[in-house]
Parts: sequence; structure tokens; C-alpha cells
Amino acid sequence: MIRLLYFARLREALGAGSEALELPKGVDTLARLRAHLAERGGAWAVEMAPARNLRAAVNQDVANPETSLKDGDEVAFFPPVTGG
Amino acid sequence: MNVRVQEQDFDISAEIAAMRAGNPKIGAIASFVGVVRDVNEGDSVATMTLEHYPGMTEKSIATIIDQARGRWEVLDALVIHRVGTLKPTDQIVLVIVASAHRGDAFAACEFIMDYLKTQAPFWKKEITPQGGRWVDARATDERAAERWEDVKK
Repeated sequence: MIRLLYFARLREALGAGSEALELPKGVDTLARLRAHLAERGGAWAVEMAPARNLRAAVNQDVANPETSLKDGDEVAFFPPVTGG
Repeated sequence: MNVRVQEQDFDISAEIAAMRAGNPKIGAIASFVGVVRDVNEGDSVATMTLEHYPGMTEKSIATIIDQARGRWEVLDALVIHRVGTLKPTDQIVLVIVASAHRGDAFAACEFIMDYLKTQAPFWKKEITPQGGRWVDARATDERAAERWEDVKK
């Protein structure tokens, strides 16, 4: 299982702040996870579409599409940050 | 070096006094306070809610402070960032940097703030007369952070 987190505008659009997910076979990178989530359709297809400007972190470190995933990871998706 | 993410307000005088106390090597302290404006993108702002990613936010600010320490002589640094609901005139963020000399303190303080704006996972949602809206990231903030890539210590 991995723990998935969604923040801010994305959390509201998906109607979910977090979930636990069993990584399907072959879903071993951030890009593949994003494509897998987009396959859920509806808001997921819209928000996880490649054209959407989303940032991601794996185990609380900034990650890129090639970052590999393993069981037990904490993966977060979020919009560009706007603090300060 | 100290990072705090909290709902409560902060007192810059108390924080500077605490940093100065007992450290005679400090010759300069630079600080920055960010404040909630009543107008953004042409609309009046009634309140603002700040969301963050607990754990990652603190970690990313600590990394930014470490980067500043690698570039300038930093004797001590403090970042306090508020979360939750704030209103115009409320303080949002405090950065304090202590150094032996002002050049290092000024530069490190500005660097920390520029990187915080583009790297630390915080998100602002404004409540305006038209309703709630998430604040968009600004290209000017990206450029402010990028310019440090060309600045050599």
C-alpha cells in the first residue's frame, strides 16, 4: 500500500484529501501513478491530465515524473505553491 | 536554526531579542515580515486561509535555510509561517537572519523568502465578495527565486 495525499485546489476538485492505494502491477513511477489515477475518469481525468500543472512529492521530497515508487511510500500531489 | 508553522501570531521583537541573547558574534540582524493585503488581483480580500503539508513544509524550509548557510555567513536563522484563517493587516510570515555583517544578513534573508515562496508547500485561498478562490502562483516569484542561481557568493 502507498499513502496518497492531495492538497488545496486539487483536494477540493477531487473531493478527497488522502487515501490508501495498493500499487497496481507496473505502476512503479510517479508518471505511471498519475496516469493510473487519471483512468478513474471524471474529476480525476481532468485534474491528473498531463497538461495540468501539478507538483508532486514522494516521502516529503520534491519528486519528478521518473521518481520510482515502492510499497509504503507517501505520495503527494498538489498545485504550485503560494505561501509567504 | 529554527522553523515554526503555527496558527498563532508572532512577536518580532521577542524573537530578535531571543536570537541576540548571549551571542556576541552577531553584528547584524535582517528581518522580513509578510502581511495580508486587503486587495489582490483587483478584488477586495475579506479573509485568507493558508493550508500546508505538515512535515514536508517544515522540512523544505529547513532545507532552504541550509542552502542559505552554504552561501553566506549565517550565525542563526528563524522562519515562522502562520496557517489557518487570516485577515488583512495580519502577519503571515517572519524571517530573521543573524550574521556578523549586514551584507550576509540582508542577502540570506531575501534568499530564504524568495525560495520559501516557490518551494515551501503552502497554499492560499482568498475569500472575496465573489466567493473563495485559490491564489495562483506568480511568474514574478519564480523569477525572484531564479535570479539567485546566477548570484555567486
